[in-house]
Amino acid sequence: MSEHIVSRKVYFAIFGVLMVGTAATVVVAFIDLGGQFNTVVALTIAVIKATLVVLYFMHVRYSSRLTWVIVGSGLFWLGIMFALTLSDYWTRGWLPPR
Amino acid sequence: MGTFTTPAASRRNYINAEYGIKSWLLTKDHKRIALLYLGSISFFFFIGSLYAIAIRLELLTPQADLVQSSTYNKMFTQHGIIMVFFFLIPSIPATLGNFLVPMMIGAKDLAFPRLNLLSWYIYMAGGLITIYALLAGGVDTGWTFYTPYSTTFSNSYVVATGLGIFINGFSSILTGLNFIVTIHTMRAPGMTWFRLPLFIWAHYATSLVMVLGTPVLAITVLLLAFERLAHIGIFDPALGGDPVLFQHLFWFYSHPAVYIMVLPSMGVVSELIANFSRKNIFGYKFVAFSSLAIAVFGFLVWGHHLFVSSQSVYAGMIFSFLSFAVAIPSAIKVFNWTATLYKSSISYDTPMLYALGFIGLFTVGGMTGLFLASLAIDVHVSDTYFVVAHFHFIMVGGALFGYLGGLHYWWPKISGRMYPEGWGRFSALVVFVGFNLTFLPQFVLGYMGMPRRYHVYPPEFQVLHVLSTAGASILGVGLLIPLFYLIWSMRYGRIAEANPWHLPGLEWRTPSPPPTENFEHTPVVTWEAYEFAPIGEMKVIGKFRPQVEKV
Amino acid sequence: MAEGYVATEHTHGHPALQHHFENMEQQREAGTLGMWVFLVTEIMFFGGMFLAYLIYRSAYPASFAAASNHLDIKLGAINTGVLICSSLTMALAVYSTQLGQRHLSIIFLIVTMALGLTFLGIKGIEYHSKYTDSLIPGKLIPGRPFSPEVAKPGEEGNTHKLHLIPGATVQNVQMFYWIYFALTGVHALHMIIGVGLLSFILYSSVRGRYSPEYHAPVEISGLYWHFVDIIWIFLFPLLYLLGRHLE
Repeated sequence: MSEHIVSRKVYFAIFGVLMVGTAATVVVAFIDLGGQFNTVVALTIAVIKATLVVLYFMHVRYSSRLTWVIVGSGLFWLGIMFALTLSDYWTRGWLPPR
Repeated sequence: MGTFTTPAASRRNYINAEYGIKSWLLTKDHKRIALLYLGSISFFFFIGSLYAIAIRLELLTPQADLVQSSTYNKMFTQHGIIMVFFFLIPSIPATLGNFLVPMMIGAKDLAFPRLNLLSWYIYMAGGLITIYALLAGGVDTGWTFYTPYSTTFSNSYVVATGLGIFINGFSSILTGLNFIVTIHTMRAPGMTWFRLPLFIWAHYATSLVMVLGTPVLAITVLLLAFERLAHIGIFDPALGGDPVLFQHLFWFYSHPAVYIMVLPSMGVVSELIANFSRKNIFGYKFVAFSSLAIAVFGFLVWGHHLFVSSQSVYAGMIFSFLSFAVAIPSAIKVFNWTATLYKSSISYDTPMLYALGFIGLFTVGGMTGLFLASLAIDVHVSDTYFVVAHFHFIMVGGALFGYLGGLHYWWPKISGRMYPEGWGRFSALVVFVGFNLTFLPQFVLGYMGMPRRYHVYPPEFQVLHVLSTAGASILGVGLLIPLFYLIWSMRYGRIAEANPWHLPGLEWRTPSPPPTENFEHTPVVTWEAYEFAPIGEMKVIGKFRPQVEKV
Repeated sequence: MAEGYVATEHTHGHPALQHHFENMEQQREAGTLGMWVFLVTEIMFFGGMFLAYLIYRSAYPASFAAASNHLDIKLGAINTGVLICSSLTMALAVYSTQLGQRHLSIIFLIVTMALGLTFLGIKGIEYHSKYTDSLIPGKLIPGRPFSPEVAKPGEEGNTHKLHLIPGATVQNVQMFYWIYFALTGVHALHMIIGVGLLSFILYSSVRGRYSPEYHAPVEISGLYWHFVDIIWIFLFPLLYLLGRHLE
């Protein structure tokens, strides 16, 4: 399994995007987008930043499928914990109080 | 296949490779580390049993005559904590797993030998801190540490015990991590995934659970400790917190934890059933994938511990449905084991007796689990002895039986000696009888309404409690006997040859006990697991299709 | 078939090859896989706290927004930038090691560690200001329980006082700060461990132990470092930017 060496240009490009994303997140935070939209935008930017770090800085883009499965499983399991716990909290109000 | 009749001591193996206590305490050899664990785990099992004896003695009478309520609370709490965290969770993986995983895949050691040793030291540190907490005054919250009692009202050593459990969790994580990496990267040439013994599949699935679940326990215990120390309100309703959140976080780990306890045992049982009936396991792929399915599904059902906690009924329905689903892969295993036994050549040696006991008792435990998974029934039997009986059938009738069966089966490989077969069978029978007498009455007790964690009860329950305590005494005797003859056999037992059971597994292709590096040359695997000779040739000792060809 | 117990012939490979591995490639694969599995455990570890955050934020949106606005957004944003820079320098440290540029890799490692310490220093400044404003939750600091001064209408300029928006209560603001300290505290602990890890890597680099053929430890430490950065990438918006649009 030969090792793929990511070029410096890619690293600097990703770095640039990350810094721009940070600035954008801060700027947008002060603008009222209505309802939960601020959170959605902030989290979307965060997810994009994290994905770039994972793919390029952590070399997952060039790694084996096993690595992808491991990363995916970790996120999936986090999702399970969130989803099933929220299935309790978000449905508690459904029953009319006696 | 050569046989060795010279005493083990005069042949170089992992036990006599180096002498001195430093060579054991600083070893990197997975086999020695397995023995370190074997000693510690037996010690903690003994401590946990002492609490069990005290509980059963108190429950002989309806009044609180042996101990006060506050002491009784500490007894059942500490019984649970020691048995779950310091015996059941590490038992098979840390002893049999550590010893056998590298050998069964044809490797010289686990991927990270130093992490392996570290995991034992972490286990000991966690265990000793917990013992300190017990001696200093104990903890009385139940092993489940429900808030706000544990954070605000209990006057016992919650933080110290929590620290011990927190530290112990890392031991579990490191073991699981080691197994996953080893199984992925260090299999011998030709050892494809579907040639792996089912013991390995079971340990792989267990390791997934250890790695994904234990960190959540760690953060939960950490938050619990901070809440208790700093009087913050994350779980305290008086300060805006939600005690049910604690239960969600706690059981997110603790339910999969029961699969950490039982999956390795199922792996052992697969080995025992196939090898002691001299027949290839029926439905190998089904059994292998069912281990993975149990590991995955096991993470989806924790809410069934919260049915009566004020959890949303809608979430309860989801968890109930998923809890039924998780029974399916376990049932698949039982069906496949039974099909393996059908028309096979069964030899009723001690390990097989434990394996057969497992199948029966685990089935009872599993089916009563379905009762508990039904929302409507659970409302009535939750927090009664029905639940206690259910989980003891799984943990003792299941996990412990597998552990004892595996210990006997691989004892010649580990020690180079055979245990006395007559005593082995006798104590297996005593354990089986004692176990059933202890826990079957508890199903009835729970159904009739006897609450768990109570030691004062209505007099009409006494007969069943007396039966249960009588059974516990028999069980205790049955568990003590192997302690004596196994230790006895280390010096006086019959010398075991490399393959005393005449089986095709890779671990039987090295001397008993093995040399430090396990194999003389890296094996090249060309056959499937559990390849036995045709029935007509079974009686001839030593004739079987070898699983391995030399490089 | 002789059951030998003769010692297995040693493959005299790379001096860093451990005896139970067949070759350096297997060792590297195992090490990398091991670090990834460990990072998955870290995802679940932090995940528990993120879950608590999610639940309480949904329950007390106003209090959480008010509490979040009291955090210093400038310091938070600077810290985010600091960590992203450190991820870049860490990646470049790995890159230089892959190409055998030892001096460059040592410089990048030192810069990465310095940035990490900068992050911790800024965090310390933030924690100190929470201390002076009596915002450390519960009785974590025995002599200084949670008791922030609430700003009255007309005191908008005072940054040391807590500005409650409609619907916010001091009790639930404390819940936010509890989660804030738990998340950032555990994160800071991981940063400290990361700096410690890198100091070990730095020492080995200076001793010339790494080369294009053998640099797995540098890569693996990089994975850990990037992961700690990713946690902060989520912490920053969730903790600092909650209610800015309501200010």
